[in-house]
Amino acid sequence: MSFEVALPILIPLLTGALCVMFWRYNAIQRALSLAGSIALLGTSIWLMVSVYNQGHVVMYMGNWEAPFGITLVADMLSAIMVVLTGMMAVAIAIFSLSSASPSHERFGYYPLMQLLLAGVAGSFLTGDIFNLYVWFEVMLVASFALLILGGERAQMEGAVKYVTLNLLSSAIFLSAIGLLYGLVGTLNMADIAVKLGEAENSGLVDVIAVMFLIAFGIKAAAFPLFFWLPASYHTGPVAVSALFAGLLTKVGVYALFRVFTLIFNQNVDFTHEILLWMAGLTMLTGVLGAAAQFEFRRILSFHIVSQIGYMILGLALFTPLALIGGVFYIMHHIIVKTNLFLISGITHRLLGTYDLKKLGGVYKSKPFLSVLFLIPALSLAGIPPLSGFFAKFIIIRAGIEANAYVITGIALLVGLLTLYSMIKIWAEVFWKKLPKGIDDTALTEGRTSASTVVLYIPVVMLAICTLFIGLNGQPIYEFAEYSAAQLLNPASYIEAVLGGSQ
Amino acid sequence: MEPIMAIAVGLMYAAAIYMMLRRSIVKLVIGLMLLSNAANLLIFTSAGMTRGAPPLIPEGAIVPDGVVADPLPQALILTAIVIAFGVLAFAVVLIHRAYNILRTDNLDQMKDTDT
Repeated sequence: MSFEVALPILIPLLTGALCVMFWRYNAIQRALSLAGSIALLGTSIWLMVSVYNQGHVVMYMGNWEAPFGITLVADMLSAIMVVLTGMMAVAIAIFSLSSASPSHERFGYYPLMQLLLAGVAGSFLTGDIFNLYVWFEVMLVASFALLILGGERAQMEGAVKYVTLNLLSSAIFLSAIGLLYGLVGTLNMADIAVKLGEAENSGLVDVIAVMFLIAFGIKAAAFPLFFWLPASYHTGPVAVSALFAGLLTKVGVYALFRVFTLIFNQNVDFTHEILLWMAGLTMLTGVLGAAAQFEFRRILSFHIVSQIGYMILGLALFTPLALIGGVFYIMHHIIVKTNLFLISGITHRLLGTYDLKKLGGVYKSKPFLSVLFLIPALSLAGIPPLSGFFAKFIIIRAGIEANAYVITGIALLVGLLTLYSMIKIWAEVFWKKLPKGIDDTALTEGRTSASTVVLYIPVVMLAICTLFIGLNGQPIYEFAEYSAAQLLNPASYIEAVLGGSQ
Repeated sequence: MEPIMAIAVGLMYAAAIYMMLRRSIVKLVIGLMLLSNAANLLIFTSAGMTRGAPPLIPEGAIVPDGVVADPLPQALILTAIVIAFGVLAFAVVLIHRAYNILRTDNLDQMKDTDT
């Protein structure tokens, strides 16, 4: 029995349940959520070690052998994603110690956060397509409730769009599962992959593939289905925005990676051509949308969209190097983007707004914070020697090797425009003088209060991770290489899941 | 039977999308309800509508004898119904709260966070 596959799901569920039991005691909930997140990180590293040693770690729920029962499968990609989930959980738990307001905590902030983490980890680890749908819904329900904590006007407007488009995507996903089951009569992903290879009705297979593409494209916020993201992500509490920005869209990207390497790999010319177009347009529209914005978190939200394009590009090119690049990009992006949202939360704490026009003068009084901003910002734009440079470098190199010059050109251009957006934030928030009439007592007071210091801890941790990936990229690259090798060899996944029954 | 079901599923999808394109958030939620039910009906239809005995295996045997109905689609639909119930309950509460705060049920007037 490999319990390490189930523990990343069980620990957040258990922590969430315990938090509910201490509903009225916020201090206990805070401590529990931090302890649960650290335990999640610990078990996810355990999982990573066993995946590294064994290749695939498989656990059959209730001892029903595949393909009859639900299977939990961890390959390297899942393990990487779960470790990142654990890291983000710890970062957000520490940040929440100071940022969560009592009114949020009273309405179940911590239990919902843990439920969300369970949903995310479940999506990464399941080997059953219907179970994937269930975990998606677990994650969605928790995210709906987190997004509207506080109940402000903008949150309601954002939530209506977020809820509608995500439910639409779930309905498409469910319909696709129904058609797929009608075609192959199984739900186990490895078994589907085997049976689809023998299916004769290739037209229907393409239709189902495109339905999955649309469903996961909405979840991942890919062009042209991304509008819900910049309309809603900047409205929630900042720790929630940061967690969403880092993890939720990546679940969609992970599902695309899983489904389009394992299951729908028969007609690569058709499906991956669509993915390629999607990737290019996602990058472009995201970065152009960001250029027009003047709100800190909204700029960052549009940049999530444009960065998703790079990850999908890695999948679309479908060469070993491109997949390495895609996985590397996901690792780099989750850390960097969460960090940028957390920094926007600190400047909000200091000056009380996210509007770039009303911000300013942070560099003069808080130079350390400014440096902390520059690390993820320049990494996002792809400046060496930070993590984003290597992520972009691998993808662009893969693009050139695949003779996809147009898309490579777009990727380079988008990197430049990302730099423009980051410089805009730098100039407006950190460099320019504070506009007149803005209350700057929190900014200029000499001593930083203890509650603000707590906000700095996760930011510093994540910045160190960014620097580590940048300066010491080789081990991270090896993890990405290992996972790409597994993704390109679905037979090993099938063998590990179905094992002796084949 | 399948053609009738196929037409019914198609009509439900069409009605759902029509409702979702209306301006009122109440109709939007009705559209979402129709959509989830249409998906359930699609699973039911595409999994094959065979008449068969209940899928019970006689004592001592490993496989059931004779033609039996496939129980899995029904398990899937049951799960999907429960999930849709929970999510739509949330959606109903959400539009109620949204109406209380925004004092409008017109989606055209909820564009502040878009641009």
